[in-house]
Amino acid sequence: MGIIKAVKLCFDYMKYGEDDSKVERVRAIDDVTLDIKKGDFIAILGHNGSGKSTLAKHMNALLVPTEGTMWVDEIDTSGEEEIWKIRQKAGMVFQNPDNQIIGTVVEEDVGFGPENIGVPTDEIWARVDDSLTKVGMLKHRKKSPNRLSGGQKQRVAIAGVIAMQPECIIMDEPTAMLDPTGRKSVLRTVHELNEKLGITVILITHYMEEVIDADHVFVMDSGHIVMQGTPREIFSEVEKLKKYRLDVPQVTELAYELKKSGIDIPAGILTRDELVEALAEKYAVRA
Amino acid sequence: MQLELKNVSYTYGKGTVFEVNALSDINLAIEEGQFIGVIGHTGSGKSTLIQHFNALMQPTEGKVLFEGEDIWGEKYDRRALRSKVGLVFQYPEHQLFEADVLSDAAFGPKNQGLSKEEAEARAREALAQVGFPEKFYGHSPFELSGGQKRRVAIAGVLAMNPKVLILDEPTAGLDPKGRDEILDQISYLHEKRGITIILVSHSMEDVARYADRLIVVNDGKIPYDGTPREVFTHYEELEKIGLAAPQITYIMHDLAAKGIAVDVHATTVDEAKKSILEALAGKGVCR
Repeated sequence: MGIIKAVKLCFDYMKYGEDDSKVERVRAIDDVTLDIKKGDFIAILGHNGSGKSTLAKHMNALLVPTEGTMWVDEIDTSGEEEIWKIRQKAGMVFQNPDNQIIGTVVEEDVGFGPENIGVPTDEIWARVDDSLTKVGMLKHRKKSPNRLSGGQKQRVAIAGVIAMQPECIIMDEPTAMLDPTGRKSVLRTVHELNEKLGITVILITHYMEEVIDADHVFVMDSGHIVMQGTPREIFSEVEKLKKYRLDVPQVTELAYELKKSGIDIPAGILTRDELVEALAEKYAVRA
Repeated sequence: MQLELKNVSYTYGKGTVFEVNALSDINLAIEEGQFIGVIGHTGSGKSTLIQHFNALMQPTEGKVLFEGEDIWGEKYDRRALRSKVGLVFQYPEHQLFEADVLSDAAFGPKNQGLSKEEAEARAREALAQVGFPEKFYGHSPFELSGGQKRRVAIAGVLAMNPKVLILDEPTAGLDPKGRDEILDQISYLHEKRGITIILVSHSMEDVARYADRLIVVNDGKIPYDGTPREVFTHYEELEKIGLAAPQITYIMHDLAAKGIAVDVHATTVDEAKKSILEALAGKGVCR
């Protein structure tokens, strides 16, 4: 069993009328089965309202399944008594950096989680030092979070999760509100945590370029997993992705357009280097 | 000239120890009917800048003129100005509050003193212009999807018949299709109604595709102001100030470095495709 496993997971929520009467039952997740290997970098794509955030919230027991089962590191999330253990194993980072920082000083914010679970003081400080180092924010430790840029705030939020020594980080559109540099710095940080510490990463995003280095990609639509595979497999299906209100990275789109115009280059090109290489080859052959 | 900033500076906390120069000596002239992209990293001063356009902020020094009149003149009607220069904030759907979509979009014109009928007529027109389906006019705005909510919020500003529409990251958090739909709709408004559009964005790809003029804000100044093609030739300098160029720009430069005769100023997929096909055709790859 992998670090996160779901079998036939369904989730319903209720819509209520003005007088608090139940109006209808809406199925947000419908029969999702997945098994995520420890240490993998996973991306989840899907349009607004496709169910990806709802699924993510099951991964640290913020929601529990209506039907089916979710296991985090072999613990069934539906048991109330294990909930804190699960949230320590699987930490979550949200979209808006301003909504998840509570400390008035960076280092206090990062220490909040460990303090809450009763970690001894010396150990808290050791974890704070270590986490801030890992996200490259150690020199800002004494600053007030509101003096940081969006990308820096997200890295502090990530440090707060790392300080809990989790097995897995779930990130729900962590870069949606950031400028290009902020986006790059957050992604670099997450990839480093994945590669160096072996932390499993689940990244939910609307930016297709952020997905190309993932090990495995899931695409969601109306509560189902409708596509899955490597980034190359997923992005080879340009038309299908567009049908799901998604897109491909600009490089892939350009390659796809050129191919459609009769230039014989491989399908599913993901990086700048691949495209430049392929075109240079074409150019040289005819020169 | 529709909108002019003359030697505008803005200092936060003037006279205190927290004094920060957010804008320094900005000169800017905006002509009616332009589609302007404003880019700059978090904290560069771009939000401060756009709030000067509709008198939400008063310059510490310098003048702001709308259609030749000083908007901070003694008798100037700044309330009326705010209907002429409409500002759609980031995540505008957080400001929806009415019981149904139509009332929400009619709130602005009603506040301008129009009768209920006139206000609703304006709201209907605005909702149609942002492509919002009529069958949902009676729905609560809170039941809508993210993209639809955002349309309603934009319609609310549009219903006041602005001559200038400023949008602060109108696509943040939307899925790729939702992004394209909102931007296409804005571009349609620009063409159909001749409204001046000022679009603040973190997506270099989006501003390259839609704007005919780009204003770069950094450190309270405007280092670059020109067409996207001109501005993105400075991609190396842009990176130093926390920005970037569209992916396409990098590909074109890489190809040129390989000796392929492409247009390095291309900034969109269409431009790049055309240029690459021509370059390859010159060598006989294309039929």
